[in-house]
Order: sequence, then structure tokens, then C-alpha cells
Amino acid sequence: MSDFFLNTVLTLDASVRVCVPLIFASMAGLFAERSGVVDIGLEGKLLMSAFIAASAAAVFGSPWIGLLAGIFASAVLAMIHGFASITYKGNQIVSGVAINILASGLTMILSLAWFKKAGITPTLKNDQRFLSIDLPGLDLMDHIPILGVIYRELISGHNVLVYVAFAIVPMVWWVVYRTRFGLRLRAVGENPKAVDTAGLSVEALRYKALLIGGMLCGIGGVYIATAYNAQFVKEMTAGSGFIALAALIFGKWHPYKVLAACFLFAFLDAISIRLQGTTIPVIGEIPVQLIEATPYILTIILLAGFIGKAVPPKASAQPYIKEL
Amino acid sequence: MTRERRLSWINGLLLPFLNVLTAFLATAVVFLLIGVDPIKATKILIYGALGYDEGLGYTLYYATNFVFTGLAVAVAFHAGLFNIGGEGQAYVGGLGTALVALYINPALSAWIVIPLAISGGLLFGALWAIIPAYLQAYRGSHIVITTIMFNFLASALMVYILVNVLREVGEMSPESGDFIKASWLPFVHDIFASFGYKIAKSPLNLSILVALFFSGLVWFFLWHTRWGFAIRAVGKSNDAAIYGGINPKKIIVITMCISGALAGLVGINELMGVQHRLFLNFNYGYGFGGIAVALMGRNHPIGILIAAFLFGILYQGGAELDFELQNVSRDIVVVMQGLVILFCGGLEYLYRPVLMRFLAPIEGTE
Repeated sequence: MSDFFLNTVLTLDASVRVCVPLIFASMAGLFAERSGVVDIGLEGKLLMSAFIAASAAAVFGSPWIGLLAGIFASAVLAMIHGFASITYKGNQIVSGVAINILASGLTMILSLAWFKKAGITPTLKNDQRFLSIDLPGLDLMDHIPILGVIYRELISGHNVLVYVAFAIVPMVWWVVYRTRFGLRLRAVGENPKAVDTAGLSVEALRYKALLIGGMLCGIGGVYIATAYNAQFVKEMTAGSGFIALAALIFGKWHPYKVLAACFLFAFLDAISIRLQGTTIPVIGEIPVQLIEATPYILTIILLAGFIGKAVPPKASAQPYIKEL
Repeated sequence: MTRERRLSWINGLLLPFLNVLTAFLATAVVFLLIGVDPIKATKILIYGALGYDEGLGYTLYYATNFVFTGLAVAVAFHAGLFNIGGEGQAYVGGLGTALVALYINPALSAWIVIPLAISGGLLFGALWAIIPAYLQAYRGSHIVITTIMFNFLASALMVYILVNVLREVGEMSPESGDFIKASWLPFVHDIFASFGYKIAKSPLNLSILVALFFSGLVWFFLWHTRWGFAIRAVGKSNDAAIYGGINPKKIIVITMCISGALAGLVGINELMGVQHRLFLNFNYGYGFGGIAVALMGRNHPIGILIAAFLFGILYQGGAELDFELQNVSRDIVVVMQGLVILFCGGLEYLYRPVLMRFLAPIEGTE
């Protein structure tokens, strides 16, 4: 077994772990943006749910309570976003920015008030976290070359939220493209007036989309604090929400393409850690910062229409004002 | 009073006032939630920020940064653009300032070096805004998304430059060497001392005059020049602007360059004024703070000066709270920024239906 093969599998494995919050957040953004609400607040919702989940898991001693609390916290922020941008028809981007900044401040203030330390929650014990699970048949698979390693290192040995993340993408696809709700969701993002004329409530549809998004984003935050890490640390989401937003655009608001974009961006992240300090023949040493910046550069180039074109839902960022 | 006058009074004064008040009340609720008496906290905060000369110095020093980024956001708002990239433009602007202040001939007089270093900040800030501006104007990519991406690019670029290029040999921390002496902006306490008045040391420096100068300039530019008119016209109605012979694409690029240049001035205060070297994250939080300042100040330079002063009070007073009370850190200011953006920005119409109904009913319907 060559080192190169094992290294590749391990890098892919690391990508899977990094990918999970991106999947949850970008699927959340997909619901919001498909309904015509631009969601800049993904980062804030991830951060808030990470904090609340880590706090609840530490206090109540169960990751599942942490999961519920995290989902709830993120959903509350999503509803504030909805209240400002749907009910009061305010600027969706401004309220999204408000949510990011609020989350950043509140997590610091509340951690100090609750745990006497600004920006840190207690370290979670193993029974308070989501731990890796071994899939059945590991020993059996070990006898098979190549596939055995892939099964052991890449497919098995993740925590339950990782599997949920990958399972949720086809579900999102099914909801968006194969259900009545999905049809209405897409319609309200493209032409809210038509939806209104058909006798459906634009506001109710958008609230539903934001609520689903808020809950999904919440799971992403829970993963970051209670599965990927074992506590909340100041600003631990480190821009994941914005990378997810980039992935959403890069994947042109389509679940499978967005998943591919998430994986690409996660892979870049995983590889940037491995490439640190190594030199590549001909090119020389690649600055880590350049690899880290690649998701953003790619998204900008795509947005500029130089490689394909990303066309957002037509009614996105526009509050719907009913004519009387 | 005619209905028009009542309307302008409601929209221009009463609504913004109620919005700010709501943001403060919401902050008071946060204080109560964490078991802090909001009135006591307010007293500490105000004393810490205004009660003695050192505190006041810090307050004005923080306010200076907020004036720059607040003006930056406001100019863009007037053209209907939301420049969320102040953070990155301030960061890269600092690089422009630093390059001049590090490498210019040290024999030159401060009268030449300082304007050049300020121009470096303006230029690099504008450069960091020009690509998102071009992409918005000519390729239709949304300015908000591209400026967010450029914030991240700026921090990646600056880490690279500070670690690999500007860091001095043998130094561990990623920061540049010292700026040449001629580029240092004098501290206000030193100026007072040279006239024989003794005031406490604080980081307040002459950048505050630069901030006042640019506030006046932005006011004159927006309301008394052809370009300013064009910018406001594009912001009010793109179609009307085209009909009036204005090229909105060109105006978008110009506006964003001005906006970026203004954000690029944060480095004047932080680097030329206080630290005299370039270091990581000197810009941290001021770009986003500028959004709150611009929204609170209703995008008018006078409003921005007031709002920036208020945020200066919060920043400095917040540090005092940190020191005096165990349950609060200065991050409460970040919470407040968020609440101000929410209530003055996202929920700006919260009270409008009620006010309209009672204070300016449409004649004939009531």
C-alpha cells in the first residue's frame, strides 16, 4: 500500500469532516435564497448554535439536548431575520449583517455570564459529544485491498451528524424539486406576484423557508462545537458561513452542485493544512494563504461570469409588497 | 402643519430616534439577562468614556476610526450600494500607508511624508474596492457578495505579506518594522504639552482632524458637486439617472473607489497615529462598526460624527465596564452594534405604520 494512496484517503477523510457544517449551512441558505431571501446571516446562526449547543450539552450532559438547543437558537435568529425582512420589509442584507454581529457579541457576553470565561464553554466529556461510530463489517472489509482502507478510513468512523449531512442533500433535492412545497418555494423566489395571485401567502412561504434553513444551519453549528470539537471557542466558525454562501453560489443554488462545491472547498481546506511548508516540483512552495483564499477567488470569478454564470433566484433580496 | 412636513419630520427625526432608543432598550434587556443593573452599567460606561481626560481621549480616538468607516459605508449607500467590504478596504489601505511610511526617504520632511502616507491609504483602499465595483457595474455580480469575498482575500493577503515580506529578519511576530519618524502623526497630549497645557496621555492623535476634514469634504462632495449629485441620482433612481445623462456604471465604480478610499483611512489613525508599524488585524471590527455608524447617522456626515462619537463612548466605556464589573466584557459593544444595525437598519420601518396612522393620517380616509 503506497503512502500516496493512504495520504489521499486521509485527506479526503479530513475533507469530509470539514465539509459537514458547509453542507448544513449551504442547504439552509438554499432554502432561504430559493424563497427570495438573501441569507448573509449563515455565519451568525452557525456561531450562535455552536455556542448554545456546547453550553446546553455541558450543562445538561447530553449531546442530544445540545442538538435541540442549537437548532432552537439558530431558528430564533432565522425568525428575527424573517421578522425584519419579511414582515417589516427591511433590507435583507442589513438584517443578515445584524445577525452575524449580534451572534458574535452575544456568544462572548453570555459565555462570560454563564461560565465566567469570555468566549469559552466548558470542555465536553465524551458522553456529552457526538462520537465516531464504527460501521458494521469493518473486520470483514479489512481483508479486501484498497476498498478495505477506504471503508475503514473514509466511510466508517464518523459521527452521526456526518451521515445526516450527506443524507440530507438528496432530501433537500427531493423537497425542492419533487414536492408541492418545493414548487411553491421556487416560485416564490422567482415570481412572488404569481404565487400571490394563485392565492398563496408569500410571507408564510418565506417564513417556512427561513425556519427550515434556521434549523438546518443549527445542526451545522452543533456539529462544529459538539462533534468536530469538544467545546465552544470564540469565533470558532471562522467564516464557514461565508464559505457556505460561496458554495451556494458556486453550486448555482442546486443541492447536488452545492454539495460538490462544499466538498471542493473543504478539500482545499484539508489540503492547505497538508501542503503547509511542502514544495511542489516546478511550481515551488505554494503559500497556504493562496489555497485558503481559493474558494473566494473561484466564487468571484464565477460571479463575474467568466466560467459559467451564476444567476440567483430572480426575486432574491426584494421584499414582497402586496398591491392593494 | 401640512402632511408633507409632518411626514418629513416623522421619517427624518422621530423614526430614527425611536429606532436608536429601541436598540438601547434591547441592550438594557441583555444587561438584565446577565444580571447587571443597566443603570449602574450606563453610569460606569459614561464616566469611563467622558468623565476624565484620558477616557475622553480614548473615546475620541476610537470615534476617529468609526468616522472613516461610517463615511465609507454612507457614500456607497447614497449610490444604493451596500459596501460590506470596509473591513478589507481598511486593512489593505493600511498596507498602502505602511509602504509609504516604511520605505520613503527618511530625510524628507513630515510635511511631505504625511500627506503621501495618507494618499497611500486612500489609494490602496480604493484599489481594494475597484474590482468588486467593476464586477457590479459591468458584470452584474452582487457587490455585497464580492465585497465579503474581498474581506477574506484581504486577510489572506495581509497575513502572507506580513509573514513573508514585511516581517523583519529574526522577528517572530508577523509585523513590520517601525515607520520612519517623519510619518508619525503627533499625539494630541504632546501638542497640548508644547503649549504648556498638561493633559493625560491617550492614543488620540491628529487623525481626528483628518476625520473632521474628510467629513466636511464628503458633505461638500455629495451635496455640492456634479459627481455627488450623480451619485445620489443613481441611488434614488437608476432610470432617472440614465435619462439625465448620467452613466450609472461609471458612477458605481467612482462611488466604490471613494468609499474604499475612506475606509482605507483607518490605518492613518491606527498605524501612523498610534502603533507606528503594520500588524495583523489592526482594522478588526471597524469596517462592520461603520455599517452601524452610517445607519445610525442616517448617512449624513453630521449624523455620522454624532454616531461615531457615540460608538467611541461605547468602545471606551465598554473597556471600563470590563474592568469594573465581573459579568460584562467589552463585547457588549458588539452586541449593541448588532442591535443598532437591526433596529436602525433591518427594522427601520418598525414604528412607521403606527406613527403614520396617528400623526399623519391620509386625509379623507380617517
